[in-house]
Amino acid sequence: MEVIAKRPDSLRDVQFTYCPGCLHGVAHRLIAEAIDEMGLKNQMTGVAPVGCSVFAYMFFDFDMAQAAHGRAPAVATGMKRARPDMHVFTYQGDGDLAAIGTAEIIHAANRGEHISVFFVNNAIYGMTGGQMAPTTLPNMKTTTSPYGRKVEDVGYPIRVAELLSTLVAPYYVERVSLLTPADIIKAKKAVAKAIKYNKEERGFTFVEFISTCPTNWGIDPLKSREWAKENMLPFFKVGCFVDKGNTEEVK
Amino acid sequence: MAKVLMKGNEAVAEAAIRSGCRLYFAYPITPQSELIEYMAKKMPLVNGTFLQAESEVAAINMVYGAAGTGKRVMTSSSSPGISLKMEGISYIAGAELPAVIINVQRGGPGLGDIQPSQADYFQATKGGGHGDYRLIVLAPSSVQEFADMAGEAFDLADKYRNPVMILADGMLGQMMEPVEFKEDKSAEELRDIEHKHESWCICPNVDGPSRHHHEINSLELDPKVLEKHVNELGQKYDYIEKHEVRHEAYNVSDDNEILCVAFGTASRIVKSAINDLKDEGRSIGLIRPVTCWPYPYEAVTNAIGKNVKKVIVFELNLGQMLDDVKIAVNGKVPVDFFGKVGGIVFTPDEVKQKIEEIL
Repeated sequence: MEVIAKRPDSLRDVQFTYCPGCLHGVAHRLIAEAIDEMGLKNQMTGVAPVGCSVFAYMFFDFDMAQAAHGRAPAVATGMKRARPDMHVFTYQGDGDLAAIGTAEIIHAANRGEHISVFFVNNAIYGMTGGQMAPTTLPNMKTTTSPYGRKVEDVGYPIRVAELLSTLVAPYYVERVSLLTPADIIKAKKAVAKAIKYNKEERGFTFVEFISTCPTNWGIDPLKSREWAKENMLPFFKVGCFVDKGNTEEVK
Repeated sequence: MAKVLMKGNEAVAEAAIRSGCRLYFAYPITPQSELIEYMAKKMPLVNGTFLQAESEVAAINMVYGAAGTGKRVMTSSSSPGISLKMEGISYIAGAELPAVIINVQRGGPGLGDIQPSQADYFQATKGGGHGDYRLIVLAPSSVQEFADMAGEAFDLADKYRNPVMILADGMLGQMMEPVEFKEDKSAEELRDIEHKHESWCICPNVDGPSRHHHEINSLELDPKVLEKHVNELGQKYDYIEKHEVRHEAYNVSDDNEILCVAFGTASRIVKSAINDLKDEGRSIGLIRPVTCWPYPYEAVTNAIGKNVKKVIVFELNLGQMLDDVKIAVNGKVPVDFFGKVGGIVFTPDEVKQKIEEIL
């Protein structure tokens, strides 16, 4: 019998602990598939952050490190500098990367660290129960913006992909969406590209996923995707911001 | 090997490289700047990694990542920067990683000043970061000892998979003294150490699916499992307290009328005063803790001879190690304290005067 679909080798045979309808599982799978396809599993390592994906180290089937809140790019820097023969990625949410970890992500990107950063943007803090994130949309209600995010008081959401693309060093910066099957196929290509560039030691690669949080948004999973399409995508436009591999001759 | 004249900051950096340290992450701060600058110059010459981090917070997390691969890694800073590293040190202790941290102390609290101080004793020995953890703390009192402790710190860190701090101060960092370096750690020894770490560290999987995962982690949400982990850490700390206590006894004898206790820079000044008083026929002893944790309680207790009227603690702070001395003395004789703060260093005459008041 021919196997046409199976769990990627780079994912362990365990159940995810994410909420029903959460898209972390999809993002994990895309990363694991790309690692499998590049044949990198035995040289791969990743850094799990603080937030919903704090347990990511239990799901990937290779050595992993858990990091302090926001510090994953610094931890990944230390790992990559110590073991240049290994390939390193971080997997971070919006609170971790775009609030407490802003210094670390900007400087890791600015140094052109040879790591891949996967950034899950669902406009909210999930793990701690739905507080306002740096990516929370204007007027969006959260437990710490119960009257809606007032931009005159706390500013506008941060567009991380655009921010990083102003730096000289990053090799690849793209924002993708996980909201429809067609989007996921495009996202898979972006993840595959990031992991390929990582394997080829091209430099810093960054993929931002537009995702949802049905539990803390209080919207069912399918409607969450509709909501994100209508509200998040106009502000966080998908697209490739930097791809130095496109203009350079690929050897 | 011939002696060379060097600043403490440079000597400890050179000794760290000779001990096999090939990864160094730090952020500039006075009075340890010569250390980071020495590393910037020398690391590329030995194919090592020197990286100036965007902050002390980032530097200690780079150390965490590098230590997770089982390699010898170090960071250095001075008091305000060490405060920023405390979160990372707690994680390093929790995840049981080997790493070396150097604190060239300056005056605090807050931004304080850039003069020598010993006011980070509490921070180094009583926590600093969160949770039940212990930091092995070595306190040098000369440039030579500062340099020697680099190798010792790495050996202890590797042996116990625990962070080790060298608690120096601005005086030791800035002062030049002749120093003789020990023989370099051989490539073979370093390979053996790394080989031992391969059972737990992040490294390429050469064994295929049979190899279990290595996780660098301090998170455990199941209280029963965390309880077990912390108790195991406790057993490790107990073992270290039994086996790694170091101190120097100076002029300690049954004739001692007073016993002094001082560490680091302060102990040198106390020694000068003791020598002056010796010339005048007085017998004063000194216990100098070389490890501030584990603390040489027994050495202090045992040095209280029958003629000792008082124990005096000398520190460049408001009285921090004083608490540990009181635990050791346990009410046997009165304990007095003399200190200077704000980056002011007491003179041998001031120490002598304090001792003479009691004699």
